[in-house]
Amino acid sequence: MSDNFTVPKALSGTGGWLDDRFHGARGLRVFMRKVFPDHWSFMLGEIALWSFVILLLTGTFLALFFVPSSAAVVYHGSYVKLDGLTVSQAYQSTLNITFDVRAGLLMREIHHWAADLFMASLTIHMLRVFFTGAYRKPREVNWLIGIVLFTMGLLEGLFGYSLPDDQLSGAGLRIFEGVLQGIPIVGTYGAFFLFGGSFPGDSIIPRLYILHVFLIPGLILALITAHLFIMVHQKHTQMPAKGNTEKNVVGQPFFPYFMAKGGAWFFFIFAALVLLSTFAQINPIWLYGPYNPVQISSASQPDFYMGILEGSLRVMPAWEWSFLGHTISFSVLIPAAVPFGLILTGAAFWPFFEQWATGDRSWHNVNDRPRNAPIRTATGIAAVVFYGVLWAEGANDVLADFLQIPLYTVTWIARVLVFVGPAVAFIVTRRICIGLQRKDAELLEHGLETGIIRQLPNGEFIEVHRPVNEDERAVLEAKRVPALLPASGSEDENGVPAPASLGALGRARTIANRAFAETVVAETNGHGNGHGNGHGPADEHAAVGADSGHAELPGGGGSDGESTDS
Amino acid sequence: MSWIIARRRRPVAGYAALLLGLVVVALVYGALTRTGSGAQASAPASAQQDIAQGKALFDATCSSCHGLDAQGTTQAPSLIGAGAAAVDFQMSTGRMPAKEVGAENVRGPVRYTKQQIYEIADYIASLGGGPAVPDAQQVSTVGANTALGSQLFMANCAQCHGFAGDGGALTYGKFAPALTQATPTQIFEAMLTGPEAMPVFSDGAISPSAKRDIIAYITDTRTEPNPGGLSLGRIGPVTEGLVVFLGGMGFLVLIALWITAKRREPWDVAQERNSARSGTEHE
Amino acid sequence: MSDMEETGRTPELPEGSEVPAAPHRVIGTPPPSPRLLGRGDGGGEAADQAPGGGGVAVAEHAVEKLPTEPDYPEHAKNAEKIVVALFLLAFVAGCGFIAAYIGLGVHTVDKVFRSNLALGLSLSVTLLALGTGALIWVRHLMPDVELAEERHAMRSTDAERADFQEYFKEASGASQFVKRPMVRRSLMLATLPLAVAPLVLLRDLGPLPGTSLRHTVWSPGRRLLVYGTNQPITAAEFSAPGGMITIVPDGYSDDLDALAKAAVILIKFRPGELDIPTRTQGSTVVGTMNWAVDNIVAYSKICTHVGCPVALYEQTTHHILCPCHQSTFDASTGATVIFGPAPRPLPQLPLAVDGSGYLVAQSDFTQPVGPSFWERG
Repeated sequence: MSDNFTVPKALSGTGGWLDDRFHGARGLRVFMRKVFPDHWSFMLGEIALWSFVILLLTGTFLALFFVPSSAAVVYHGSYVKLDGLTVSQAYQSTLNITFDVRAGLLMREIHHWAADLFMASLTIHMLRVFFTGAYRKPREVNWLIGIVLFTMGLLEGLFGYSLPDDQLSGAGLRIFEGVLQGIPIVGTYGAFFLFGGSFPGDSIIPRLYILHVFLIPGLILALITAHLFIMVHQKHTQMPAKGNTEKNVVGQPFFPYFMAKGGAWFFFIFAALVLLSTFAQINPIWLYGPYNPVQISSASQPDFYMGILEGSLRVMPAWEWSFLGHTISFSVLIPAAVPFGLILTGAAFWPFFEQWATGDRSWHNVNDRPRNAPIRTATGIAAVVFYGVLWAEGANDVLADFLQIPLYTVTWIARVLVFVGPAVAFIVTRRICIGLQRKDAELLEHGLETGIIRQLPNGEFIEVHRPVNEDERAVLEAKRVPALLPASGSEDENGVPAPASLGALGRARTIANRAFAETVVAETNGHGNGHGNGHGPADEHAAVGADSGHAELPGGGGSDGESTDS
Repeated sequence: MSWIIARRRRPVAGYAALLLGLVVVALVYGALTRTGSGAQASAPASAQQDIAQGKALFDATCSSCHGLDAQGTTQAPSLIGAGAAAVDFQMSTGRMPAKEVGAENVRGPVRYTKQQIYEIADYIASLGGGPAVPDAQQVSTVGANTALGSQLFMANCAQCHGFAGDGGALTYGKFAPALTQATPTQIFEAMLTGPEAMPVFSDGAISPSAKRDIIAYITDTRTEPNPGGLSLGRIGPVTEGLVVFLGGMGFLVLIALWITAKRREPWDVAQERNSARSGTEHE
Repeated sequence: MSDMEETGRTPELPEGSEVPAAPHRVIGTPPPSPRLLGRGDGGGEAADQAPGGGGVAVAEHAVEKLPTEPDYPEHAKNAEKIVVALFLLAFVAGCGFIAAYIGLGVHTVDKVFRSNLALGLSLSVTLLALGTGALIWVRHLMPDVELAEERHAMRSTDAERADFQEYFKEASGASQFVKRPMVRRSLMLATLPLAVAPLVLLRDLGPLPGTSLRHTVWSPGRRLLVYGTNQPITAAEFSAPGGMITIVPDGYSDDLDALAKAAVILIKFRPGELDIPTRTQGSTVVGTMNWAVDNIVAYSKICTHVGCPVALYEQTTHHILCPCHQSTFDASTGATVIFGPAPRPLPQLPLAVDGSGYLVAQSDFTQPVGPSFWERG
């Protein structure tokens, strides 16, 4: 089929004019033909990207009407329930946007839902990258950029919803100031410098405004650009499949496929946000009322991405030291710094820790299936459980009310679960991964059970197994077996112990290495159809009632439920 | 008389007789039952018959927990000095008679008529005084200052009842109820008498006018539509976070699965191909 | 053709019977589809990776150009109609959005509700229609292809690295940076103040805390006002046992900065229920029964955890609960902590009665209120 259209003059004319000045033809062709792998989980980061774009657009609209000032005014606007109340200009302008600007409420809601969706998608995206090992060399820098983006997004959201100066976000700022104030040595200075004096002061709203509309978005935009540029330069990872190797990338070209899908995705994300804004009310600041440090409501929670910090503050028992005229309040410092700090620092160090433990310094462009990296997956799930317990504790009064559990009981459950939960999750997840690996090994060795029973002429019944086809085999076999590093205490043939295995660190490394290297090896003798192929009497699944046993898989597992005895 | 008898067999006679009967019953009923002049009427103080009937009702049901002289027992507090308002609140919300000793009493079906409640209230008031049932004017929200009401509500009520009056958890399994069903009188009485764990907001602390402002704030808020969509419970960001994950991310993940799904052969093309193939193979 | 190998025991399946097909997952990376193009920069390695069926059919399909017609032309015609219909729907809904903006006013809660619903629905329909149309276009109008592109090594070649190092050494040598240490060191010294200056310039962001965290605006004789109504209150007016009310200091009822430290919660007890032991911090009395008037006690409303107002008072248990993190204080024993993260009891405000019978403060709090800080002592 020949192309029977010519490029319109307008396009080719403009293109030529630009190319005369920018040498763009070759680069543009390469980029248009650039291959993007196609997996649904690769689209999660784009949710964050498009949400950010929508945040910029709706934020610009809101900034045209919002007044970032704490100056007191008497409200006489359309929301008559609060008529005559003294409020800040920030609050008044937000009420104005909601009730006196057409589409104002819609824009406010889309903006807030987009912020929530940005953080939600970042969380899921981060988990996807973690569980598939896509942070490994050469992508460690992109992983670190991602963690910084996550933190920036959190701060951006916190500052953003504090701008309207309503009761709920004001309570959040109060807690922020109380935590800041409690930092040893510099805390009071930090609090007074940030707030321009004692709480609440007149400076915090304008300062948060400039952070929220200028400084942090600029930083986020720069980091997103770097993040994407690195991804394009290094090319995206791909899932294990037939034809996907470490040296290629398989997918569809950017123009027209990925561009069209990306465009459709943008529209769907925007549509999801607008649907939420139409049918689910978010941040009804008119119901909260303006901030006053004397007022408070039950069910005062921050937005969900701050939930872990809130839960940490609630779960902690009282603990404070006073000495020599100074006071350190651990009931504030530990919750503020330890749980979230652990998760972020752990995440940041993880790629390097994994390299250290496995000794694996090679490139990885094909992702891992989570089951093939039990320690990584188990650690990740343990971190998720840790985060989740504290996140749920942040809503403990709502949970107590909704589930009809006494308030303190919820906190006690959280106090226990925050330690026990991750440990149990780690153990259980690791076992599940190893179990799934065994299942894969069995599939490779015996093939898929088809459920078809056939009777042989001599009366025996067999179940027909279908060997895995090439596509499935490629996926099942895509497992690196990590190399074992020299154990601590071992020596090479010249009697020299490996330097890296010496000392306490060396011993720790050996333990970590052995843990990471644990894997279930499939004994594929090349046939994979589940028959003995003449090598022995042990034909598993050969006959119901036959007296042959199962072939044992290495590691002593692999029971598939069929009877062994006649 | 003979005029009626002469027409007694006409079809319309039946209807006329029925109508007459209904009117007679209505008149007799109306004469026999006392109609309260509005829900907020306070019972006449000196109606001794009310107090006697109240005592009879009290002895029959309430005294088993509250004692024969309302002096209280181990199971229930003394009602001397509790006042008519407390009785009206507890009984008109169905909290009393309590279903269970020691459990927190929640709103439930009302087992007594308004008149009976007033009688019991009068009897309790006669024992030791206490706050009276407010009249209609005292709980009228006409001209109330809802802005002041919002301030008072947010400073003294919202920490238990929630910023929109949707209720909340207290300690040791207690709960502050949602304020969606309470009548203005019941709200007034609750503030005045401090039922169960709720503190007392006497008229000296929050004047009746200020109480009216609070009531107006509550009634305005609960009838106000939610312009942004469904209210998600009016308890703040907890449900918002749930919705963004389950609703937002869930929807988008499904769309992502659709976008990247493997393209299948259209059904009819596959059918043709299958039949063609089996056709040639079976030869 | 049977996929199963011959073995000694397993007979062959009858001719023509089918091995059941593997369940085709549509989730996940799709296996290579029939038309597999070569590498973006030429080369036919990908042609070897054609799907099952052997290499025979591949050569015919390994094309270097994107096909211009969809895979199933009949279906493409239907799909085209659907796509066009969706785009037309998007147009109509988009016009509806603009019409709703122009036509529906705001300024009351009901109108805002209507306007938000109309604008939101029309915009959602527009976007959903656009997205669905675009998606069906990609999936059903565009031919299904897959490209395999070669990845370039991220690591530069040794030669490139050597070139880099060579030039770097040359240039560094030419710059004299290495050879003249005084130049180098004095340059770093010169830039130090400029690097520190941005931090220094932040000094005037706020005043130094000084002793301001140690004091509130409460002073001897200052009247207690009910928050909201701003009325003073006598002991007789606050005589109902189990009563609680929020209090602000006279003269500061609109000063949020003052209220953030000076807010007070006033509680009335039945006789005999209040029992505050005298507590001291060093030589300072911080709580005592003498500071209560007629079984009325005043505590700071600012939680000693991180500063939320502690407002939830249960008259049956005398517990004051802070709704933020559930710190619980027992009001009958001097607001001692009985649960939660708060490290210290709520400071007690010494109460007295002035000449007119109104409740007043005897003095400021005798300890700093609110969250702990390093210099608290």
